[in-house]
Amino acid sequence: MTRVVLDPTGERSPSSRQRVDRPASLDGRTVALLDISKARGDKFLDRLAQLLEERGLRVARFRKPTFAKVAPVDLKHEISTKCDVVIEALAD
Amino acid sequence: MTEPGVVAVVKRDCPTCALIEPVLQDLVARGVVSTVHREDDDDGLEASWHLGIETVPTLIRGDERIVGWSRSQWEEFTGVSGLGDGLPDYQPGCGSRTAEPGLADELAVRFNGSTLRSRRVELAELEDEAEALFDRGWTDGLPVVAPTEARVLRMLSGTSRAPDEIVAVVPPDLVECTVEKVAVNAVMAGCRPEYLPVVLTAVEAACTETFNIHGLLATTYFSGPVVVVNGPIARAIGMNSGVNVLGQGNRANATIGRALQLVIRNVGGGRPGGVDRATLGNPGKYTFCYAEDEEGSPWEPLSVERGLAADASAVTLFAGEGPRGIVDQASRTPDSLARSFAGALRTVAHPKLPMAFDALVVVAPEHARVFREGGWSKSRLREELTALLTIDGGELVRGAGGCDEGIPEALGSASWPKFRPDGLLFVHAGGTAGMFSAIIGGWINGETGSQPVTQEVKG
Repeated sequence: MTRVVLDPTGERSPSSRQRVDRPASLDGRTVALLDISKARGDKFLDRLAQLLEERGLRVARFRKPTFAKVAPVDLKHEISTKCDVVIEALAD
Repeated sequence: MTEPGVVAVVKRDCPTCALIEPVLQDLVARGVVSTVHREDDDDGLEASWHLGIETVPTLIRGDERIVGWSRSQWEEFTGVSGLGDGLPDYQPGCGSRTAEPGLADELAVRFNGSTLRSRRVELAELEDEAEALFDRGWTDGLPVVAPTEARVLRMLSGTSRAPDEIVAVVPPDLVECTVEKVAVNAVMAGCRPEYLPVVLTAVEAACTETFNIHGLLATTYFSGPVVVVNGPIARAIGMNSGVNVLGQGNRANATIGRALQLVIRNVGGGRPGGVDRATLGNPGKYTFCYAEDEEGSPWEPLSVERGLAADASAVTLFAGEGPRGIVDQASRTPDSLARSFAGALRTVAHPKLPMAFDALVVVAPEHARVFREGGWSKSRLREELTALLTIDGGELVRGAGGCDEGIPEALGSASWPKFRPDGLLFVHAGGTAGMFSAIIGGWINGETGSQPVTQEVKG
């Protein structure tokens, strides 16, 4: 079950955490590919995965339940613990 | 809200409720009882929670209530005689479901949670709670208690003030801080609800122009807010004023001071390396809060000396650095002991810098005994110390004693008191064994820095 806490701050900044800086190189990194469940987005990501794997990178695939809502916190947490960078693809 | 007729609250698994069920049906049929709330369904539970029911069965008419089963009471209350033929005359009731452990908190969130206005932050299922709160930058470096809605509501039960009441405008970001936000941070600090009035008062006092928490936060100096608690509330919430008074181990002492610092950090946005520019800081910046031992003191309490009634509860905020010890195990006269105090007090900040820094002296019982037996009041001690610490300017000027620090040459022809007239405070506290006292040195004093603030604690 998702737990909810109350924000203890003055709420002057977004509650989401800051992004980490972009890495200078992808060498040795695990790349997450997040399919947002839009039609044919998977085709685009399949091709990306192929290109990344040809460069010797590890790729992990994830999928949002629906493109109409933000990703569930559990999914975001899983990506953040398993991967170093994420490519979130919008396709139409 | 007054409902017409009598309102009854019952639950299924209460033997007394089962016993009086036929009586209740009879009273409903007669039109005496207009509503029966059953705690077995959600609507009944909600009604019971809003009515503040503790025992079932309860009968309510307007402001009057009776609980359990007593034939004579029920007959008098309903005005109907001959109730419950064949039943015992009396049987006590059972606890309301709204008071069940676990359920009570859940109901508070369900029925009262909407009064909380703070932004909700979801933690992922696999996220470690302690790590998640660290990661968001909400802690002082030690783990905090997760501020769930249930815990915050429970914390708010410690005050009669409304959750949306503004307590203070908190620097450095100058954010209006509500009672609720203080409660959220008090939960995180580990406070119990009964500490909340003290935390609220400490936040109010800290954010006054006089105390100047903004400057105190921003300074490169060591100091942070020191909270001294006086009056009945200190005993009521179990604060320590005795053994190890400035140390660890007492929950109220530890968490009240910490809650104040978390409010400054989280609500005000004051963080080390950000607006907090302390060169070294001091461990008291995690928390520094204690109570005065008023009962054993030879003197009037700090809060009384500073103008409050003897039966008032109060906090006094002092901009202080870490405590340093004064050891004197030989003096048996106040004259001698005062000289030890003077020697140690001269070193506050620097032995050659007068009038710039206040000091709060924590006099422990064995030293206090010497002053009591010698008949010295607090004001006498202050006068004697002022005389002992009025220093010839020649000793203080830059270069004197081979040390470049000091006062400008031009001031060298006069004598200078180490402390300004109201710059020395005394508090009686500590364990009964040990001929020690402690000095908590101040920060820049007066109108250009921070002045101590004493404020009464209200519910």
